[in-house]
Amino acid sequence: MDNAAIHARLQARFGEVIGALEPGGEAAIRVRPSAMSAVGEFLRSDPELAFDCLSNQSGVDYPKRGEIEVVYHVFSYRHRHACVLKAAVPRDEPTMPTMAAIWPTAIWQEREIFDLLGVVFDGHPDLRRLLLPEDWVGHPLRKDFVEPEEYHGISTKRASMF
Amino acid sequence: MSLLNTMPEFMVTTKVDEMLNWTRKSSVWYMLFGLACCAIELMQTGGPRADLDRFGAVPRASPRQSDLMIVAGTLTLKMALRTKMLYDQMPDPKYVISMGSCSNCGGLFQLAYSVCDGVDKVIPVDVYVPGCPPRPEALTEGLLKLQEKMMQERWLVRRESEPTTERA
Amino acid sequence: MSLDGFTVDVVRERGLATEEMTLNMGPQHPSTHGVLRFVVKADGEVMREAIPDVGYLHRSIEKIAEKVGYHGFMPYTDRVDYVAAMPCNQGWAMVCERLAGIEVPRRGEYCRVIATEFNRISSHLLSVGSMAMDIGAYTPFTHALREREHINNLLEELCGARLTYNYMKIGGVTWDLPPGFAAKAIGFLDRFEPLIDEYDALISYNKIYVERLANVAVISAEDAIAYNLTGPNLRGSGVDFDLRRDLPYSIYPELEFDIPVGRGEVGTVGDCFDRYIVRMREMRQSCRMLRQCFERIPDGPVVAKVPRKFKPAVGEVYVRVESARGDMGWYCVSDGTEYPYRVKIRTGSFTAISVVDRVSRGLMIADLVAVVASLDLVAPEIDR
Repeated sequence: MDNAAIHARLQARFGEVIGALEPGGEAAIRVRPSAMSAVGEFLRSDPELAFDCLSNQSGVDYPKRGEIEVVYHVFSYRHRHACVLKAAVPRDEPTMPTMAAIWPTAIWQEREIFDLLGVVFDGHPDLRRLLLPEDWVGHPLRKDFVEPEEYHGISTKRASMF
Repeated sequence: MSLLNTMPEFMVTTKVDEMLNWTRKSSVWYMLFGLACCAIELMQTGGPRADLDRFGAVPRASPRQSDLMIVAGTLTLKMALRTKMLYDQMPDPKYVISMGSCSNCGGLFQLAYSVCDGVDKVIPVDVYVPGCPPRPEALTEGLLKLQEKMMQERWLVRRESEPTTERA
Repeated sequence: MSLDGFTVDVVRERGLATEEMTLNMGPQHPSTHGVLRFVVKADGEVMREAIPDVGYLHRSIEKIAEKVGYHGFMPYTDRVDYVAAMPCNQGWAMVCERLAGIEVPRRGEYCRVIATEFNRISSHLLSVGSMAMDIGAYTPFTHALREREHINNLLEELCGARLTYNYMKIGGVTWDLPPGFAAKAIGFLDRFEPLIDEYDALISYNKIYVERLANVAVISAEDAIAYNLTGPNLRGSGVDFDLRRDLPYSIYPELEFDIPVGRGEVGTVGDCFDRYIVRMREMRQSCRMLRQCFERIPDGPVVAKVPRKFKPAVGEVYVRVESARGDMGWYCVSDGTEYPYRVKIRTGSFTAISVVDRVSRGLMIADLVAVVASLDLVAPEIDR
């Protein structure tokens, strides 16, 4: 199935929580964050779509629009088709439902997005920092992140020879 | 070792310090502290072609059984605290070779927010081996430089103000 | 979902009270393939939980991309997976080429595939060798290192570096094949292919090796797909999927090769042995592909014309390449300037380590080492 057909099928099932299809070859389908859980379940269980694999889940910070976008790249091993979904959450209150019950690979992907961008996933079994130390302050992949001067007494600056 | 040729063949004379240092440098056991890419080159240096074992250097897993810590790879801030803990567990006299740009000065990861720029911010370093990653020949030369440094240490005659090793 | 491990019955004496121990494995440990830490809750020798703790090699490579630009990011892609650095280079180059609509000349594509397949053999050698060392056989590791030295020689002649190559660039590769390279490479392949049989005879069907790996940590095909395992891990569970054949890119459609899939020949489909034997067979297929490449490589330029200040159009792209550890997803958002807006790399080891906890319940502590080795985890892929 190509993008337009997948978009039509989703829109027929979910109506207005699905945004319009963006133009372009690798176009993304915009979904309202609160509906993402139901949409994800449908994507996986519907026999025509059968997206059994969440290939990638990333977060992108857009401070100018005041939102953080969570991008899902899903793939189906059965039908060998792929699709891109995007859900945008507001930057100052970034919460959205988790996909961990639908695609177990999302458990670690969402932990990473929480760690580096600060998005909180409701219903996640184990939401804590993954890559950074537990006592780290701040979310580094945000565009307004400022590097700390030191960490536990180790300075983060190095005197340059030049 | 210095030999005075006036003695019969079965006797060799040298200084006690030199003999002690010669035995110590010929058996430097290093701790497997491969963190990143340099760890692969460390493994290749311990491998069949550039063999570290011919210098007496065998890898040990535990810090309690090793004299040398070859910090091979990038040191992140999260790992830096554990590095200090491992260094403290090593018994004296202990040495550190910083292998590769990342542990010398942060390398190409100086732009990163989570990387400690150089292992010498946490532990004292004896020999710096540059490279990204250093060739096995470069690491071997680093080990030989460390052996030269070990040969210069003085054990028997100690003055009050002088430390036994070059780092206190 | 059922994940059957190698279950052990623990017989308790009446009145003997026992407690669970919490053990720490890593981050400095000889068998953890880099700086990984596992917090193991064990009841005697049997594990109840093995929780991975990662981040000890988090070098913020994705954030650095936003500071160094498209051309400047190529050396950093080597460090994302330093054991198989060429496919990472290829992934980033393909991202930039797709964003800007650049076509790579055919000879450049052939050079890329030659470099990638040599790197795949070298990465599988290290994986198989260190797996044997973790199980307890020290000699195969030195054999693997010996063969890697020969491949390192060839790749050093090609691009000047032994490990982090930085060989590919946007639009092609940096240098053409040097004169006499093909003859040396074919000489290496002639010498190496019989050695794979020798390694098979040495360890693959050795009784101790089989007992340690058969029926340990069985991952079914549904679980492998649900946890997004990729590459040899996925094929070891019986899923017949390889990006080079099913979603092809570069010149892979012109090459003939088979895809080895786990069949459960000594145990169950999806156990540690299947993942190991898939890697051994993939090395043979890579040799086959390399011979075809050297026969068919055309003449011509190796790199397309790419501006120094590389400013692709606004947009985003998601590229998947088949690395030694499975498919790597490269997601890049471009805002029209010379610096990428966001780069996300989804690696095979990141998804593989998320399944370790599920799979290791009920296994013994020594089996955790076998599981980690069979999934071929490398720390930089997990932490980036």
